Amino acid sequence: MSADAHAAHGHGHDDHGHDDGRDHGSMKSYLIGFFLSVVLTAIPFWLVMTNAIENKNWTIAIVVAFAVVQIVVHMVYFLHMNTTSDAGWTMMALIFTIIVVVIALSGSLWVMYHLNVNMMPVHDMRNMP
Amino acid sequence: MNITTQTINGTEVPVFYVVDEHDHPAGSSTMLGFWLYLMSDCLIFAMLFATFGVLGGSYAAGPGPKDLFDLKLVALNTAMLLFSSITYGFAMLEMMKGRVKSTQMWLGITGLFGLAFLCIELYEFHHMIHEGAGPWRSAFLSSFFTLVGTHGLHVTFGIIWLVTLMVQVARFGLIEANQRRLMCLSMFWHFLDVVWIGVFTFVYLLGVLR
Amino acid sequence: MSDTAALANTGLAKFIFGRLTLESLPLHEPILVATFAMVALGGIVLLGALTYFKLWGYLWKEWFTSVDHKKIGIMYMVLGIVMLLRGFADAIMMRAQQAMAFNGSDGFLPAHHYDQVFTAHGVIMIFFVAMPLVTGLMNYIVPLQIGARDVSFPFLNNFSFWMTTGGAILVMMSLFVGEFAKTGWLAYPPLSNIGYSPDVGVDYYIWALQVAGVGTTLSGINLIATIVKMRAPGMTMMKMPIFTWTSLCTNVLIVASFPILTAVLALLSLDRYVGTNFFTNDLGGNPMMYVNLIWIWGHPEVYILILPLFGVFSEVTSTFSGKKLFGYTSMVYATLVITILSYLVWLHHFFTMGSGASVNSFFGITTMIISIPTGAKIFNWLFTMYRGRIRFELPMMWTIAFMLTFVIGGMTGVLLAVPPADFVLHNSLFLIAHFHNVIIGGVVFGIFAAINFWFPKAFGFRLDPFWGKVSFWGWVVGFYFAFMPLYVLGLMGVTRRLRTFDDPSLQIWFIIAAFGAVLIAIGIGAFLVQIAVSIWNREKLRDTTGDPWNARTLEWATSSPPPDYNFAFTPVIHDNDSWWDMKRRGYVRPLEGFKPIHMPKNTGTGVILSVLATAMGFALIWYMWWLAALSFVALVAVAIFHTFNYNRDFHIPVEDVIRTEGDRTKLLAAQAAS
Repeated sequence: MSADAHAAHGHGHDDHGHDDGRDHGSMKSYLIGFFLSVVLTAIPFWLVMTNAIENKNWTIAIVVAFAVVQIVVHMVYFLHMNTTSDAGWTMMALIFTIIVVVIALSGSLWVMYHLNVNMMPVHDMRNMP
Repeated sequence: MNITTQTINGTEVPVFYVVDEHDHPAGSSTMLGFWLYLMSDCLIFAMLFATFGVLGGSYAAGPGPKDLFDLKLVALNTAMLLFSSITYGFAMLEMMKGRVKSTQMWLGITGLFGLAFLCIELYEFHHMIHEGAGPWRSAFLSSFFTLVGTHGLHVTFGIIWLVTLMVQVARFGLIEANQRRLMCLSMFWHFLDVVWIGVFTFVYLLGVLR
Repeated sequence: MSDTAALANTGLAKFIFGRLTLESLPLHEPILVATFAMVALGGIVLLGALTYFKLWGYLWKEWFTSVDHKKIGIMYMVLGIVMLLRGFADAIMMRAQQAMAFNGSDGFLPAHHYDQVFTAHGVIMIFFVAMPLVTGLMNYIVPLQIGARDVSFPFLNNFSFWMTTGGAILVMMSLFVGEFAKTGWLAYPPLSNIGYSPDVGVDYYIWALQVAGVGTTLSGINLIATIVKMRAPGMTMMKMPIFTWTSLCTNVLIVASFPILTAVLALLSLDRYVGTNFFTNDLGGNPMMYVNLIWIWGHPEVYILILPLFGVFSEVTSTFSGKKLFGYTSMVYATLVITILSYLVWLHHFFTMGSGASVNSFFGITTMIISIPTGAKIFNWLFTMYRGRIRFELPMMWTIAFMLTFVIGGMTGVLLAVPPADFVLHNSLFLIAHFHNVIIGGVVFGIFAAINFWFPKAFGFRLDPFWGKVSFWGWVVGFYFAFMPLYVLGLMGVTRRLRTFDDPSLQIWFIIAAFGAVLIAIGIGAFLVQIAVSIWNREKLRDTTGDPWNARTLEWATSSPPPDYNFAFTPVIHDNDSWWDMKRRGYVRPLEGFKPIHMPKNTGTGVILSVLATAMGFALIWYMWWLAALSFVALVAVAIFHTFNYNRDFHIPVEDVIRTEGDRTKLLAAQAAS
């Protein structure tokens, strides 16, 4: 397995003839992505399995933050997300999907929390939020 | 088309049709189309995550994450999937160089890592059901099995697709259509690893932390 | 219910037939027996005629296996219109029942039948009438409007149509084998869960929608890719026809909402089949989560239904006012704003479920805000008409009726958006009047405008204006008689989905509503007569120019009907209203220089896959596990087998193109000479 960083870089060498700005990665970018992913996975697992930080909330925050970063790493280094592929339409589709997902997730959690609090049996209706 | 006007008898006349047309390149929409499908799949997973978020704390006086999750096994599983991602990447690099044999080799290794992931996951499910913690036990377990199980089903279909593609590459070589299909499977495979990041974080790690 | 246990299958019969028994045939229900007799008779006549005239080969080769977006579009329209008749039959039955069931009378529909009628009415009208009609329209028109020869994924297009049809078949089957859901069109748990609905009805509902849903989602992906990637050179986004813009936003909504429905129905089916606890009352389940999730899909769904018709109204208004659409840019932005905002209003469908003041206020405000861009559109249409030379052809008549009717419905919607008002009116007949007001006034009137507008393009002759006007007045007057009383009844406190009534003072309103339904029936009948008469008189109604309305967009540049390849030469676009621009600036139709044209091949795989999917749905409904497993394996096998076919296109030989174009040249010359 050749570690030649420039072996198959970018669109110049492919035989598709398409000019949609699609990136196909290189050995270097895959290895960087892999290494980053390993680190971003190992640290959260280690933190949780060894209970290294006293404050649980900090652990949660770090674990979630690392997950978000690793997703971005996957998007950039494995999925080759960029703003130019397909004239920016793939990025626009991703952004729209993220918006809908955020709305649906946060909206559901907000709504269901309120429903649960208000509609739980045996509680004082005068204290409804 | 850069030419929007032409000169006829000294006057500028707009060009209203393409005279010298080339065939539309086959599969020019495929990558965008497949990406859009992935976005729709992303939404299905988002709904399963939402359900897990809302119902994931409802243990119904039954076993919870701390009782059930073996983080060492999950770490191993995560490693299997991550390795399969990098080996698929290697397969793509070989495909760009037009090398059939090494592409097939890396595809095969990817498939094996995927299979390992599935086996470990099936073992985990079997163990949990054996302990009485099946999907019918509580809303938490219903949403756990559905979210993780749907991901596993996607991996299964991915492996079937991978094997099909290996057969097609063996039969027809790395023709343009097969390269397009391998690129679509690449997107699918990495996307599944992205979803898994969400799973191991929000289901397993946060579940044990709660 | 209690005797089903005694008559259930055992042993080998249970393995083969699952829970399907002779009891599943409704032989003791006279209405259903009579219906079946009529359907069977009509079916035998139709199939007999097709066989006698040896049309099966033609149908299979030219229509069922076609990947041509035009043929698929027409098939979608046929499906929608056929299902309209079924859905309307349910409506007439409900109106009749409600008009009669006073003063101790029980009406003619027992409860378990009535509940299926109102459930089926909603499911059919939304999923198997409105969706196919709208999808068929977009399928037919969008590629022509953007100067393309077909959609991005022609095979997927064919497959999508057949999956939709498969879902429709499952719903229709429930009429004669087993029964349908009795839960209302959204099948809320706990009623739809296995405890309260142990029979096959909800399962028919689930699998019909899952099968059709696959088709719809794929169609959404297809049309987005088409609009993004296959526009003719020079057609920038802001030079696209407005109908294409609304179609793009509609398909974005489809791809971004139908997966949610898929997921929710899957969770319900897991509850029913595996015993999970998503929406149960115990073991941690939460039925309110179902309501929440299904409306996150449900609200974008109603915008999916209306946005394409907004595009139709824009095209019709500008064509029949002889003027460019007023405020094209603001129309585009209004559509985009509606698309995004449609994700922020869903809770207004369940204000009364108890989320409290803070949540209800947020969604009440967003609901009121979303009416604003639609209001902007209405003003733009009015300004387009202002100082135009208006021709009151049928499409324009339908558009005027839409503007008046939809605005009333929109206003009652804003009224319902106020949570305290909704607490009184939720699930009353006021709500029913509101949504029928916007769906009939918006979607149905729009479909008729679109059909009358584009029929000549698709078939080469116009629709008969007289019968069209009879249909128009039947529908419009009928709608007001049928639904204005429901507003009154709702304000008086009458709840929806009721079968009998105690208060005799209400009966007059129901009778008026039933009268309205009869007028609508006349409207529908007149529409069918219009089609028949138009076919009979097609030479008199013939259009040979391809542009009978002196219209503005690219589809009118082709012959009527267009050739298989749409355009012999791909057009080059310079401005909005590109065909108008071409006519103004001296476009000359090319008579030579034709080339062979690259086209996709027909295929039967879409039909086969859909038959297998429908069979799998049927098997899962009736617990015939062997059939479910077999059809699933076959589905995967056929799909994989299909991918081994790399030879999916061909070239139309240049002689065929020359001949087709030559025929059109002769036609145009004859028309000009006459």
